[in-house]
Amino acid sequence: MKKVIALILVCTLLLSLCACAGTQKTGKTKVGFIFLHDENSTYDLNFINAAKAACEALKVEPILKTNIPEGQECYNAAAELVDAGCIVVFADSFGHEDYMIQAAKEFPKVQFCHATGTKAHTEGLSNYHNAFAAIYEGRYLAGIAAGMKLNEMIEAGKFTADDAKIGYVGAFTYAEVISGYTSFFLGARSVCPTVTMEVTFTGSWYDETAEKEGANKLIANGCKLISQHADSMGAPTACETAGVPNVSYNGSTISAAPNTYIVSSRIDWTPYFKYAIQNTMDNKAFEADWTGTIATGSVVLTEINEKVAAAGTADAIKAAREQLIAGTLHVFDTSTFTVDGQTLTSYMADIDTDAAYTGDTEVIKDGYFQESVYRSAPAFDLKIDGITLLDTAF
Amino acid sequence: MSKQKAPLIYISKRKDLPWYGAWGIRGGAIILALVVCAVVTTLLTGENPLGVYAKMLEGAFGTPRKIWVLLQNTAILLCVSLALTPAFRMRFWNIGGEGQILVGGLAAAACMILLGDKLPNALLICVMTVASIAAGALWGFIPAVCKAKWNTNETLFTLMMNYVAIQLVAFFVIVWEVPKGAGKIGIINQSTESGWLPQLFGQKYLLNIIIVAILTVLVYIYLNYTKHGYEISVVGESERTARYVGIKVDRVIIRTMILSGALCGVAGLLLVGGTDHTITTTVADGRGFTAVMVAWLAKFNPPAMIFASFLLAFLDRGAGEISTAFGLNHSFSDILTGLILFFIIGSEFFISYRISFRKHASSALPAAQPPLINPSEKNGKEE
Repeated sequence: MKKVIALILVCTLLLSLCACAGTQKTGKTKVGFIFLHDENSTYDLNFINAAKAACEALKVEPILKTNIPEGQECYNAAAELVDAGCIVVFADSFGHEDYMIQAAKEFPKVQFCHATGTKAHTEGLSNYHNAFAAIYEGRYLAGIAAGMKLNEMIEAGKFTADDAKIGYVGAFTYAEVISGYTSFFLGARSVCPTVTMEVTFTGSWYDETAEKEGANKLIANGCKLISQHADSMGAPTACETAGVPNVSYNGSTISAAPNTYIVSSRIDWTPYFKYAIQNTMDNKAFEADWTGTIATGSVVLTEINEKVAAAGTADAIKAAREQLIAGTLHVFDTSTFTVDGQTLTSYMADIDTDAAYTGDTEVIKDGYFQESVYRSAPAFDLKIDGITLLDTAF
Repeated sequence: MSKQKAPLIYISKRKDLPWYGAWGIRGGAIILALVVCAVVTTLLTGENPLGVYAKMLEGAFGTPRKIWVLLQNTAILLCVSLALTPAFRMRFWNIGGEGQILVGGLAAAACMILLGDKLPNALLICVMTVASIAAGALWGFIPAVCKAKWNTNETLFTLMMNYVAIQLVAFFVIVWEVPKGAGKIGIINQSTESGWLPQLFGQKYLLNIIIVAILTVLVYIYLNYTKHGYEISVVGESERTARYVGIKVDRVIIRTMILSGALCGVAGLLLVGGTDHTITTTVADGRGFTAVMVAWLAKFNPPAMIFASFLLAFLDRGAGEISTAFGLNHSFSDILTGLILFFIIGSEFFISYRISFRKHASSALPAAQPPLINPSEKNGKEE
């Protein structure tokens, strides 16, 4: 009995202490962010930096929740951010989506924005939004840098044009990753016509060992250049050790690979964060499905590492970038790739996600695959000729 | 004449310590832990340690929702700890809780996915309950049979069964993933909510908490007031004695492990059907291992486990809040949790043993009480 009384007393004491701790209020508008990992992940770091920049610019207070798994914890985190007074809550991982929808249904007065998700345009909730950027255009530009590096190595006699093979470490086998490596490959092939590519999958967004091993395996398979769509420093580190050039993603990895890093494409989330926060503060409705572009400043490349990049890379990227903006160049131009030896004339993509992956929207129009047009999240999930997939059953 | 020097420190078993003595030592350990954490915090981050502690409390108790989440986490951890306890009392080291939770959760998820639109909800939940318990029990039964029949090492066996369960779940996640290639199932039956355990009084976690509270009482009664519970204790003390008094040891081992696995299966059901409504390889979140610590901390005593699991759930929630509030890496809160646990576990040593120091350099030991010394010193080494 004494123990019980003691425990009750202790609890009361603790609760009164928190009451004191909880009283400090700044009066600033609060914005919540949910991240799958923390700043050790290049993907999350890219988001964290953008979140801080956007909040700084709009003079609002960010509350960051890191290491939130794709489960009930995500709902709990979102609900706690609402309790803390956030007017808008962002989440950054594909698997957070269902839990964000759950929270959006429960808290209709708070805006919920989910990056990379696919369901907002069919869910019909006024306070639930998806966002992504046309990052395939950035990947394409980064691919040009890769192709030029291969050309330089071919000219230097390091290998023949037929041996020009790129390795790519991917996380999962769905559209977001497929669209990424295909656009990267098409960018490389636009300058180095003989290039082929091998893709390995890790089955995880962040698995440093698996990513490193994946890159090592590709290098052992004869890949002359490596790129990746997974979020650790695994692949860049393996490249640096093996002396193989690397085109990165999510941000510069030059710190881990000063002698092999060429360039990185990344999404700058700051414009979207500003857009969503500003509209929420002004009580204005905003798009359920938002796509960032080169023009909005959402699709960017990091500074080129001139020490490694081939001569003229910057100019070639600049020229292609202008064509993309002008609309004279399309990444998924059907005349530049084949699927099973055939040029694509029609493809029904699964834009409105359902469990059976039923194709519902014709996406080949005007001679190119309309990526990020019918929804922000990538939908390109075709396996084009020239790319070999390894380890798809991760 | 050779004279042995008394060792600086003696360690002797305590006869008995009054309850306030034991709790005094534990309280002292917690205070010491907080002081060390404060020093570490100030040195490494420059934050005010009192502010850090206030945030920990706020993270655990700050709002009604946080208290509910804390109680939910406590309940699930307690459920797993209760599950391990019968096996541990029998000196059967079941560290396969993680796998037993996972297969229980997998069975529940399978029912939700495959039967979600075929059965009425009440019947579906009954099927899920039976399936989860059966799956967990099976995961406990396999190592128990091997132990009983061929005396395999249960620690290794149950540990390895975890990996089998993780791979099974990984396999089915790929089978049921939406969209294809994404490696996640997402919320199951989000629109119909079929197979979701009901919410009591509009509270998401209340049902889980009540179920675990009832289980705590039942396990306590089972272990302390039933013939089965007594048999478990006897087998735990000495298998030979158990055989001598006519207890069928093999049967007790298998029966107890089925119970242990079944309770872990219940934890899986509560996680998948009650809160998460999805299955991933990380749904158990290491609870199968954390529960080992809870069970030991509480000395296999169910009421004490309530406090131990509450403490661990509190530290975890509080630590998470620190990384949010101060922008510190999550690893930092893990360091603090580790330090606090180190002191709490360490304090048990001081409750069981007395430490005395040499009073004077000249004071020799009484001959009747041989000191704990090295064999080399025994051989008449001169000072």
